Amino acid sequence: MSTTVVTVNRGLFNGFNLRQKTILLISCLSMLLISIVVSSTFIDDSALSTDFGSKNLAPSLEHPFGTDWMGRDMFIRTLGGLGLSIVIGALASSISTVLSVILGLLSSIGKIEDSIVSWLVDLFLSIPHLLLIILISIGLGGGATGVIIAVALTHWTSLTRVVRAEIKQIKTQEYIHISRNFGRSRWWIAKNHILPHLVPQFVLGTIVMFPHAILHEASVTFLGFGLSPHQPAIGIILSESMKYLSAGYWWLAFFPGLSLLIVILAFDLIGENIGKILDPKRAHE
Amino acid sequence: MNYRKLGIFMGKKTIKLVFLLIVVCIASFWIVEQSPIDPVRAYIGEMSIQPEQKAKLEEYWGVNTPAHEKFLNWAENILKGDLGTSLIYRMPVTDVVKERFAASLLLMASSWLLSGVLGFILGIVAGMTNGTLIDKAIKVYCYILLAAPTFWLALIFLLIFAVNLGWFPVGLSVPIGVASEDVTFFDRIHHLILPTITLSLLGVASIAMFTREKLIEVMSSDYVLFAKARGEKGFDLVKRHGIRNVALPAITLQFLGFSELFGGAVLVEQVFSYPGIGQAAVAAGLRSDVPLLLAIVIVSAVFVYSGNLIADIIYEFVDPRIKQQEMKT
Repeated sequence: MSTTVVTVNRGLFNGFNLRQKTILLISCLSMLLISIVVSSTFIDDSALSTDFGSKNLAPSLEHPFGTDWMGRDMFIRTLGGLGLSIVIGALASSISTVLSVILGLLSSIGKIEDSIVSWLVDLFLSIPHLLLIILISIGLGGGATGVIIAVALTHWTSLTRVVRAEIKQIKTQEYIHISRNFGRSRWWIAKNHILPHLVPQFVLGTIVMFPHAILHEASVTFLGFGLSPHQPAIGIILSESMKYLSAGYWWLAFFPGLSLLIVILAFDLIGENIGKILDPKRAHE
Repeated sequence: MNYRKLGIFMGKKTIKLVFLLIVVCIASFWIVEQSPIDPVRAYIGEMSIQPEQKAKLEEYWGVNTPAHEKFLNWAENILKGDLGTSLIYRMPVTDVVKERFAASLLLMASSWLLSGVLGFILGIVAGMTNGTLIDKAIKVYCYILLAAPTFWLALIFLLIFAVNLGWFPVGLSVPIGVASEDVTFFDRIHHLILPTITLSLLGVASIAMFTREKLIEVMSSDYVLFAKARGEKGFDLVKRHGIRNVALPAITLQFLGFSELFGGAVLVEQVFSYPGIGQAAVAAGLRSDVPLLLAIVIVSAVFVYSGNLIADIIYEFVDPRIKQQEMKT
């Protein structure tokens, strides 16, 4: 395997090994995302005030993403929208993770519980995801809370499936049988023997869920559900930009969407690299 | 093929579908019933009306009847084949759904085929050239596609091909101001191309990544090693041993993607103002057209289920390996 070592040590950061490089990549990307969230909270309203003197400007040094028809700076609006998206994504994916922890552990207790959980997963997957989010957000009366809860309530299915499969595998281990013979209750085993094994899955699952949650939130807001038009959400910015497409104001749609894509890619990369570190089989490659 | 087994299988699946539909009906009805949105307000919009008229409307819509009674009425009508009247289109929901779904089906089917074929070819190419620059380029392309919001891609396509280059119309499924008899087949195709391409992009990425992984797995198997030892090489080797083994799982995966296809169609139809079922769903949701929304939920559940069913049939009956195992026992 000496050839791989050689390739690893070439390039920009040749002082580090692959593990260090992976951690470096993860921290850089996390810094990017955190700085987006933090800076979006510092946006004051004056930066978004309407200024008809500078409306519909093409991207320039002063306004890197251009300005919209009310003279608002698109870069700041995009930044605010991304921050909002990330916060909503974090909220939704952590709620979803908690749900899948509970359901996953529930399925480990017994056969009836297990079939209930798998039936619930099938039920949630039987309707197209986007339609389900729309349905639930209407049921909750729409608005931002409706969308957040709807996104949170519908993303647990894939992680629950992974957790279920993992639990099934762990349960065949000998120490589980021994513990059972020692008279421990099923719940005690689930809590003390199975749960600790699942922590990496949950960490990874939450991060992998993030981009899905953000994309769904943006899609639903784009369609007009949820957040009010005054919020600087990416979905709203993009749906507004539709009206100005034929006028040739391409920057209104291009940059906000591209920034969303970059954020999603960052999350994907973080997830994949954390997976590499957490997976003991691949950790020392 | 074992027809008796197929019969039992289909019977079981049909019972399952009926059960699923009952649960979906109850659950979605319950969810909508929880909504604090006032249907009468949604119907009349911002108009101001007299309290008596409001009371009349409330009685007409059955606002004050208990939920379970409402559900029973609704369920009874569904069994008779009557899904109610759409509030926004002012015509029977069945007609709206039929017309809209036909248009969407055309869009979804064409992009489904396109994404399947394109994704499979890309996956095979990437798998064959595993580790090279071509493979990496395809991989990066797929990653970006998977991360890109569908509706944003649709917007960008609209911007480039419809607004700037003017190759395609900006929206709708037929030209404006042309009587429906005069709409040619070519017009429909012309309006369909851009939405189809946009919708297929998402599917391309997932099917290409899957095919690539699978092909690499197959190509590192023992029988491929043996085939190489016999002197087979190049594309013949991939064609004889790789593609045959990869095709069936890839087709199955493509059928399992009906749910995402539907979700993508909702977004794409919205951007291109294509009059399909997705657009109807959004309109129904935004303007609280409960009968139409519930009908679309049911139709979409059947749609997703049929995709899963076809995938199951492929697993159970078409895969020659499974048939062979049966003969042994």
